Amino acid sequence: MLKTFSLGGVHPAENKFSAGKKIEVLPIPEQVSVPIAQHIGAPSEPVVKKGDEVKVGQLIAKSTGFVSANIHSPVSGKVFKIDDVLDASGYKRKAIIIKVEGDEWNEDIDRSDDLKTDITLSGEEIVKKVGESGIVGLGGATFPAQVKLSVPPGKTCDVLILNAVECEPYLTADHQLMMEKGEEIMIGTEILMKALKVTKAIIGIENNKPDAIAHMSELAQKHEGITVESLKVQYPQGGEKQLIDACIKRQIPSGKLPIEVGAVVQNVGTTFAVYEAIQKNKPLFERVVTVTGKSIEKPSNFMARVGTPVSNLIEAAGGLPEDTGKVIGGGPMMGKALSSIDVPITKGSSGILIMPEKIATRKPVQNCIRCSKCVSVCPMGLSPYLLMTVSDKAVWDRAEEEKIMDCIECGSCSYTCPSSRPLLDYIRLGKGKVGQIMRSRTK
Amino acid sequence: MNVVLITIISLGALGTLAAIILYFVAQKFKVFEDPRIDQVEEALPAANCGGCGFPGCRAFAEAMVKADDISDLNCPVGGADTMSAAAAILGKEVEAAAPMVAVVRCNGTCENRPRITNYDGATSCTIASSLYGGDTGCSYGCYGLGECVDACAFDAMYMDEKTGLPVIIEDNCVSCGACVDACPKNIIELRKKGPKSRRIYVSCVNKDKGAPAKKACSVACISCKKCQKACPFEAITIDNNLAYIDYEKCKLCRKCVTECPTNAIHELNFPPKKPKVEKPAPEAAE
Repeated sequence: MLKTFSLGGVHPAENKFSAGKKIEVLPIPEQVSVPIAQHIGAPSEPVVKKGDEVKVGQLIAKSTGFVSANIHSPVSGKVFKIDDVLDASGYKRKAIIIKVEGDEWNEDIDRSDDLKTDITLSGEEIVKKVGESGIVGLGGATFPAQVKLSVPPGKTCDVLILNAVECEPYLTADHQLMMEKGEEIMIGTEILMKALKVTKAIIGIENNKPDAIAHMSELAQKHEGITVESLKVQYPQGGEKQLIDACIKRQIPSGKLPIEVGAVVQNVGTTFAVYEAIQKNKPLFERVVTVTGKSIEKPSNFMARVGTPVSNLIEAAGGLPEDTGKVIGGGPMMGKALSSIDVPITKGSSGILIMPEKIATRKPVQNCIRCSKCVSVCPMGLSPYLLMTVSDKAVWDRAEEEKIMDCIECGSCSYTCPSSRPLLDYIRLGKGKVGQIMRSRTK
Repeated sequence: MNVVLITIISLGALGTLAAIILYFVAQKFKVFEDPRIDQVEEALPAANCGGCGFPGCRAFAEAMVKADDISDLNCPVGGADTMSAAAAILGKEVEAAAPMVAVVRCNGTCENRPRITNYDGATSCTIASSLYGGDTGCSYGCYGLGECVDACAFDAMYMDEKTGLPVIIEDNCVSCGACVDACPKNIIELRKKGPKSRRIYVSCVNKDKGAPAKKACSVACISCKKCQKACPFEAITIDNNLAYIDYEKCKLCRKCVTECPTNAIHELNFPPKKPKVEKPAPEAAE
């Protein structure tokens, strides 16, 4: 039997329309707006000002703390202004707006397609370089990668797990990247193994991608210590804790990080970015974005520069269909509806999903019928129906007791609820409040 | 018969002994409670709304009895009468605090502020505010989901379906501040009720620059500073592209109201201005 995580989970329709579509390089837009807050942690500090000339790959905003990330210019041209721009958060936030002129890259970036296999940097140098290159978790959580690679003192890491699950329906960015850049990902994995000083790496792939499993397994034979694990299709397998449980059967205690059980998880997209940063000296300023949907003309995978307006991607995929109800940034389970299609894509944009109005609209909320479906699908073993009630009634101490902070916000509860109750919306609200209370307590 | 007698006597003796012990224990561990706390609590409105900043009327009564100086304690629900009655019990006097009332500082009605997106998520302003800036171009204005109305325990608010904005019923509002705390956008403010309930305030909290603010909402404050210049009492400050009228300094002259080009400054409960007497048109020369 195929491996999977031990608790809960759902299996939504996969709808991977863009599977097998070659990664196309998206034309560079006329203007990009690069938000300074596109990662978890402190927003970066702009180091350019209005009127400055910038080249592709030039540092334009620097990290402002341990959990923060550098941002590099995705285009060459002139800084038009630094102003508040509507982004995927739904609010106007500070961004660097660059008018594009040509496509001139920083000289030290290796733009050739040659595979560079020998790793010259030492472990510490790799971690430093990853930090400098502004790499964040490309699975969607955008957690700065160098933080995960710095194993805290007293802890040891014995296995690296590569997240190639792509359990979100519709999305195919990681899948396609593996098919086209498999070799690079393998070397990226070796780089990460060297940085973490581990000898074992597992690539977890769900078995709805048999071509990727075959391709990666074949490549893995040439690389010592790397194995490919075929996993059962079950959402949210791509959750860090679920993936560790599925691959190596270790459970992370409540409130702790994966390093507690000696594992570090990185996304395949992140691994590819690490390869490019270390071997090609190319910082993170472009990524693969899936543009897909039931009624879109040409579901595609694009290599797009950060800061490109979402509307450009939709245009390249055949334009916005007439029956569009929602445009979602990310996948259908964890993604968020965008309030405008002019928002820029960021380092964390794994997909743009266009949902027809018929399926996008929420059904009217009905009363809880105590069927306990939400409890049985929760991969963290929580009681979502209860968490929703205590969040609605502001009983924060009870919410904390019920381990609201363990929620990974996968949305399986809301997906499965027959009464269409907005369980996750309320749990998120509660998480925010309880987190605030807990932080104020430690101060 | 004997058994009954023995039982009565022994139980009686046991009861007396227990009573004596209990009496001494009660004396020893007696908790003295100021009887005035009960009296003060009696005088309070028993709304337990938390508007005074204490968890309920009992806690407020305790605080009043304990405090030497009660000038900064105020029960907004009871107002001046209740406070003087409560102070009288303690043999003190209070200055009547100016009555306050909640004011909704957003006039982004469906007409003034066109909707550009549709929200179908959970009916909660706090949840909506964690997701996006709102269904209009203004990311500061009211979501219209009525969390303030739910918070009001005095039936002093309702949602106007036409405008999509909450309305405050002034006669019912006790200025407890529950709606102020409930609003995630800080739109509602407690302001001085003013003589004859007359008030002037800026009905906008948009901190965007003039052009985008005006584009999103036709009645937004565009920080043109006309009101600031017109005000003879220096009551108006402009901060972050937004005008604010200090209700302590405002003398209700209404000069700013006439100056405001977007009608963002509202006046309430003033008698209608006398229509300007139009000069008779000069008779056309024949």
